[in-house]
Parts: sequence; C-alpha cells; structure tokens
Amino acid sequence: MRRTTERAYVVAFLAGIGVAVATLAVLLGSILAAAWPRLSWNLVFNFSNSTDPSTAGYAAAIVGTLWLVGLTLLFSLPLGIAAGTYLEEYAGHGRTTRLLQAGVTNLAGVPSVVFGLLGLALFVRALGLGAIILAGALTLTILVFPYVVITTQEALRAVPSSIRDAALALGATKWQSIRRQVLPAATPGLLTASILAAARAMGETAPLLVIGALFLQTFLPDGPEDPFVALPVQIYAYSTLPTGTWGGVAAAGMVILLGMLFSFNIVAIVARNRLQRHRW
Amino acid sequence: MIEAGAERSATTKARTPLGGLEPQWAWAPGETVVRSLLFLGAAFAVIVTFAIFLILIVDALEFFTRVSPIEFYTGTVWSPDIRGVYGILPLIVGTLIIAGGAALIGIPLGLSAAVFLREYAPPRVREVLKPVLEVLAGIPTIVYGLFALLFVAPFLQDAFGATFFNGANAIIVIGILIIPIVSSLSEDALTAVPTDLRDGALALGATRFEATGRVVVPAAFSGIASSFILSFSRAVGETMIVLLVAGQNTDVTFRIFGQMTTLSAWIARPATGDVAAGETVYLAMFAAGFTLFVMTLVLNVLSDHLRVRFREVYD
Repeated sequence: MRRTTERAYVVAFLAGIGVAVATLAVLLGSILAAAWPRLSWNLVFNFSNSTDPSTAGYAAAIVGTLWLVGLTLLFSLPLGIAAGTYLEEYAGHGRTTRLLQAGVTNLAGVPSVVFGLLGLALFVRALGLGAIILAGALTLTILVFPYVVITTQEALRAVPSSIRDAALALGATKWQSIRRQVLPAATPGLLTASILAAARAMGETAPLLVIGALFLQTFLPDGPEDPFVALPVQIYAYSTLPTGTWGGVAAAGMVILLGMLFSFNIVAIVARNRLQRHRW
Repeated sequence: MIEAGAERSATTKARTPLGGLEPQWAWAPGETVVRSLLFLGAAFAVIVTFAIFLILIVDALEFFTRVSPIEFYTGTVWSPDIRGVYGILPLIVGTLIIAGGAALIGIPLGLSAAVFLREYAPPRVREVLKPVLEVLAGIPTIVYGLFALLFVAPFLQDAFGATFFNGANAIIVIGILIIPIVSSLSEDALTAVPTDLRDGALALGATRFEATGRVVVPAAFSGIASSFILSFSRAVGETMIVLLVAGQNTDVTFRIFGQMTTLSAWIARPATGDVAAGETVYLAMFAAGFTLFVMTLVLNVLSDHLRVRFREVYD
C-alpha cells in the first residue's frame, strides 16, 4: 500500500518537470513550424512594412537591437561590477549595507513595464532625449543593473580569500589586490554577468514599448541619437497584425532573436571555459 | 554565502578594533577615491528605487487632482481613451485573476519539479533536466507571448469555444513561465535543509515521500513560501503575454474565457509612447504604474523577508 502511494507521488512529481520539458519542446516546435515557410535571408536584409508579409523583414530591428545591447552593456557592466565589488569586498555588515543590498534585490523585482515609465518620464521627456536608442539603452541599463550586481557578487564570492590575503601580504593595497588579482580571477563569472545582461537587454519588450520605440522603420539607425525599432518590438508589431498572414513573419523574427541569443551565449560560454582552464 | 564574506572582512578590514595598527594604505587618497566611487555604484540601486517612486508618485498625485483617488480605486469602469472614465478595479481584478490563476498552475508544478529534482532524481537525470529549466527561465517573455498567440489561443478557441483573446490564454502561459522560477528557488530552499533531518526521518522508517512531505518540505517552508510569493509577483508584473493574448475590456469580469486586461498590459498598450505629457491619460499611466509598483514591492519585500528568515534558521 505504502509502496503504491509512493509510486503515485513520484509520478505526480514528474508531472512538473514533464510539463516544463514538453512546453519547451512544443514552444520551440510550434514557433519553428510557423516560421519555416518564411525563413530566408530577405528577413535580415528587408525593412519592415505592414502591408506585404512576403517582403517584410527585420533589418532595422536587428541593427537597433545590436546598438541597444552594446550600449546597455557599456553602461551597465562598469556600474554593476563596481556595485558588486563594493558590496562584496568593501561593505561591512551594518544597516547601510543591508539597505544597499535590499535596494538591489528589490530593483530586480520591479516589473519591467515600470522601468519603461521611468525611462519615459526621465530620459524621453524630462531630459528631452526623445524616443532614441540612447534613451532605450539607459532604460535597459537600469533594468539589467541588479542582475549584473548579483552575478558579480557571486563571481567574487567564488574567488578564494587566500588570493586576497596573499596579495595584501605582499604589500598590495586593497584596491591593487582587487584590481590585479581578485577581478581577473573572477573574469569567468563576470562573463556570465555580461551574458545575463545582454540576454535580458535583447529580449525586453515592454519598457521599449512604453518609451515609444517605433513599429515601422525603413532606414538603419546609425547612432545612439536615432529613433529605433528593436527586434522584440518589431516581433510584437507583426504579432498585432492578423496572425493568418503575419504569424509566420513574427515567428521568423523569433528564430532570429533566439538565434542571436544562443550564438551570443555559446561565444560567451566558450570564452568562459577557455579562461577557466587556468585556475588556482 | 554570508559567512564567507564575514570571514574575509575580518581578515582584510581590521580598522576599528586594531586602532593604530591598520595598514598604512587604508586611508591613502587613491584608496578612498576608489572606495567612494564603488560605493556610489552600490548606492545606484537605492537611488533608482527612490527615483522610480518619486517619478511615479509626482504624476500620480497630479492625476489625483483631476480624478479623485476614491473614484479611481472604487470605480468599476475603465475607459480612459473613449469615455474618459478612470475606475481601476477592472485592471486590478484582471491582474489578480490572471496572476492568481497562473500561480495556481505554476506553483504546484514548480514545487513538484523542485522536489523531484532534489529528492528523487538520480544525478544523471538531474543533469539533463536542470538545464532545461534554466533554458526555459532564460527565454524572453515575448517568445512565450508569441507561443500563446500561435498555439494556445487557437487551441482554446477550438477546444472550449472561447473568444480568441481571453484571460485563460495568459493564465496558462504565465503559469508555465513561472515554473522555473518556483522550482529553482524552492530547490535552493530544499537544498538548504540539513541532510540529517532527511536521514533521520528515513532511519525511523519513513518512505521517501513521507520524509519529504512531513519533514523536508515543512523544514524549508519559509524558503518555499518566499519562492511562491516572488513568482506571484512576477506574474503580477508580466506584460507582453497579457498584451498579446488577453484582449481588452472595460469592466470588472471574472470570466477567464472572456477578454481581460491587467495593469501592466494597459500601461504598455501600443499608444503609450505617443501620449502627450500632462494629458490625463498620460498621468493615469503613472497612477496605474504606482499601483502596480506598490503591489509588487509589498510582495517582494515579504518574499525577501521570508527568504532571509529562512536562511538564518540554517546558517
């Protein structure tokens, strides 16, 4: 009797994992199936339109996303790594530290659409930037910041304290030991931080909708002060058109987005494994 | 985690207790400058949190001079663009139903996945399944939204005769979205329970399920509860899936197979970026955003509180 119930529970527990695995398969399968008839290089080279699905593409969206992700990394990595370094290497255990740490945790839980409101009110309107790439990148910087901080902290925690002590014992100042020993030793972990940040920045849609990203763009943005349409926003724009004819175009965009995400991940993971070979 | 930091700061940051014995570089100008710069970085999160709060509340207060807060929070008709009526209950009810429904789906599945991975799965199986959950957790929500639009919505339409856009689409897909969140955080909580407790129960003749259900899960309860609340908060804030498949509606409705709207989806509706500053609709976005922000903040603080308390028990 107990045996049978025990078996039944194992089956029930398997359901959770089963649903997750099945979803992943169905999700990728259904999107690939919808995208299949549409996949061609025209997608990458054509601009967007809302009248002819056979010629609609993602050229401006891809370039826009690359700009956004590049700038977001440029801003968020130094800031986030600095914050993580402070919290992990310098901060004591007092009230201030708890407040700073709680700030990071809470910021990670703020719904992304709220960051859009912040970007709209602060960067687009108050600073008068308008809905340009820079405004989008600044908004995304704030959004990914807590993830960079948390991952940096984990990376620094993994560096053995003997490395710090050795550097200090040889007469290095605290900052010298961090800059020359601890941060270099934590590079693989910091790479993980950048993958996470880039992946989030690449896939975020809601905040960009709120700050006013374009839906249609027929020129390539060539600087941070140009208006933009990002890849996920373009996918969303196509998704709002009748799905019978446009669903395939949206799904094909998804293949591009996921392709970019995966290839970025792979490059970073290979780089990380290379670096990890030389460890203490 | 914390103890490693404590040990390190005890060896390298012996300032006050040692009095004059501190290293000579400790207050060198360069060191102080670097330290201050890094501190500014760390303070950024708190500054931004206050900035968000300030920006939302300034425009929300401006909004409340035009629409009374009582009318706003008790009104049952939400039709800002057409009728100029601002009663936010339809959005709040929609948010709670969609997030609540998603939690009902995602939490049991996520917890059972965690229990399976932590308590039952052989290491081999675990090594294969855990990355699957991680991949799911890393997929952008627009992907889930498109999946809902191309797969779930047509399916529900055929199977239940639902309208194409409906609340159930969003409930199902957000439910799936939170599985990896619940499972990874609950698994952390289960892992933190000392093996002795597990072994003790098994030694007393409990089956694996009895040990898990009566000893391990109760011991990890506050950590697990923290993961439930956090995932509910994620569901409350989820935007793209709702925007793509839940539809639009203007009154309070409990019919999940009918159209529904949430706070976040209304804020991110396509017209958002074009609304002129100072218009009542523009201010309403911030009032709605403020409401959403407060809801998720309360949930997150509660979740964090439970997590910290849980950690203290076993550290």
